Amino acid sequence: MTAEQDAYAPASETSQGRVFTVTGQDWDSITEGIADEHDNKVVVNMGPQHPSTHGVLRLILELEGETVTEARCGIGYLHTGIEKNMEFRSWVQGVTFCTRMDYLSPFYNEMTYCLGVERLLDIEEDIPEKAQVMRVLLMELNRISSHLVCIATGGMEIGALTVMTIGFRERELVLDLFELITGLRMNHAFIRPGGVAQDMPAGAIDQIRDFITLMKKRLPEYAALCNANPIFKARLEGVGHLDLAGCLALGITGPPLRATGYPWDLRKSQPYSGYEDYEFDVQTWDTADSYGRFRIRLNEMWESLRIVEQAVDRLAGLDGAPVMVGDKKIAWPSQLAIGSDGMGNSLDHIKHIMGESMEALIHHFKLVTEGFRVPAGQAYVPIESPRGELGAHVVSDGGTRPFRAHFRDPSFTNLQATSVMSEGGMVADVIVAIASIDPVMGGVDR
Amino acid sequence: MAESTDGTDAPEGKEVIAGTQDHSLDTVRETSDEVITRRQGMFGVHGTGDTSGYGGLTRTVEMPGATEPPYGGWMDDVATALAEATRAGGLESAVEKVVVHRGEITFFVRREDLAATARLLRDDEKLRFEFCSGVSGVHYPDDTGRELHAVYHLLSMTHNRRIRLEVTCPDADPHIPSVVATYPTNDWHERETFDFFGIIFDGHPALTRIQMPDDWPGHPQRKDYPLGGIPVEYKGGTIPPPDQRRSYS
Repeated sequence: MTAEQDAYAPASETSQGRVFTVTGQDWDSITEGIADEHDNKVVVNMGPQHPSTHGVLRLILELEGETVTEARCGIGYLHTGIEKNMEFRSWVQGVTFCTRMDYLSPFYNEMTYCLGVERLLDIEEDIPEKAQVMRVLLMELNRISSHLVCIATGGMEIGALTVMTIGFRERELVLDLFELITGLRMNHAFIRPGGVAQDMPAGAIDQIRDFITLMKKRLPEYAALCNANPIFKARLEGVGHLDLAGCLALGITGPPLRATGYPWDLRKSQPYSGYEDYEFDVQTWDTADSYGRFRIRLNEMWESLRIVEQAVDRLAGLDGAPVMVGDKKIAWPSQLAIGSDGMGNSLDHIKHIMGESMEALIHHFKLVTEGFRVPAGQAYVPIESPRGELGAHVVSDGGTRPFRAHFRDPSFTNLQATSVMSEGGMVADVIVAIASIDPVMGGVDR
Repeated sequence: MAESTDGTDAPEGKEVIAGTQDHSLDTVRETSDEVITRRQGMFGVHGTGDTSGYGGLTRTVEMPGATEPPYGGWMDDVATALAEATRAGGLESAVEKVVVHRGEITFFVRREDLAATARLLRDDEKLRFEFCSGVSGVHYPDDTGRELHAVYHLLSMTHNRRIRLEVTCPDADPHIPSVVATYPTNDWHERETFDFFGIIFDGHPALTRIQMPDDWPGHPQRKDYPLGGIPVEYKGGTIPPPDQRRSYS
């Protein structure tokens, strides 16, 4: 089939040269076209709608034959103005927005924002222990689900479909736990300034324990499928190389940084939410390539399971403990409960504010409509997300809304490494290199 | 505005980790807050002519003001090392003021000295801020002559410390030197801040929009840029878009 015959993929002449639109199965039109041009340099636009560019990412590749001579990223296709929107909502509502940024690690977005707000409120020392443990529990479960998606989609992009199917199978188990604890599979808005939204539901601890047992059987499957698989290794080893100096210059954190052998993990070096009380090891690898990043993610899932185990043991001893800061001027007043018709406002709470306490009603009204005021100032409390350093620069003017909330998303920063990781390699390796960065476009574009 | 000057000692027996927030450092502080603006009225009511009383409300917006040394702990080490390095580099007046608030230290750097100061911060042995978390813009429309702020968060992995640099520029002359030569990671971050605030980073290799379309008019994160949205009708009532609703000032 020639390009001229295809109504959906025509060729056209521009001032920059001949342009072909490729929809798959029609590469012949290009090879024929290039033969006429006597020029082996081709600029390929990959994406933004391409299954193997990890979401709506546009790659502009300059090729000589199959070698990439220049690689550039075009981003912004998923920009939704979340930071701007947060300036028009109360501090608590901000969580509802930022949880949607990096949709594969929602709890981390909520967490770094809440830590910033709590620092400005000066209530960091007052967060109840149970809330801290629940935050760690949810974050580490989230790290497992996020790494599973990274490995699954990364596998799919190089043709390892079984890795994809089993990756999403296990992720579903984690999402079931999220649904049980927070009520939602994604976009939870569960971590709030001052604590978390709800206490652990009945039976959750047992279900998490079952999950840990199951994951200990399932995780070795990934190792058995991939670790020594010659095709897998051939595709990943030595691809997307970036050494320590390159990582620091480009601000790369997370698994790509640790794959250079440098054990930098904010959970260890600048602990928050009580991470200093958990036993776990920072995973490193020494190859600085895609394979090392894959192995780090695999090992980190084991470490996360270790932390989840410890967190669950702690939660078992914290039955009935508070999950929200005691200050009634900050704590969200409304409580939810499961009724006969699903989840809704707790009847006890409604009885209290409507029939028993005028002050409680006023507080409820003021906190829900106006929200609390946060002392003026700015804070930046970064955390270790599955992709690296995630931080929220939170600025308050003393009002009831964030004056500015800027998120330093690791996907955004790490994606800058695309060119250095893929230039000089093959086209097929670009996909592997990007998959090893694990960018989530919701976080990149915000 | 809550008082930020009262000293809170670190809880007893709790080890303080370098580089993270450290409340034990708060004891030495004496800050005078800096007035940014005064807001009149509330819920869209300003001045007289309305009997609700909201029009007469006034709120002063104050940001934490300059802190006098000593700042406490490692912050003094950083401030001293930076002062020495800037003096040796002939940049005596690079640091305009220092603010310590909530255990985080902010150096306000004169914009003409930013690029050289960033290089010193990265390379000086006692400083070693080898990692930059990027730049974030903030627009203070009423802070006359300093409307646009660029905020950099630097991390020293060697010493495990974090500092913040803040650079201001007037709206009429929105130029700040680029630090991409020192921190290549700021390439995209500066493009983003340009895109959203219109701050022009002089010396950036290719300062183009990154999130918004190339032909987009205006800079969306500025305070004078509307959020947008349409009124929503529901059961006869009309709810205006979020940025046009009555709000607490």
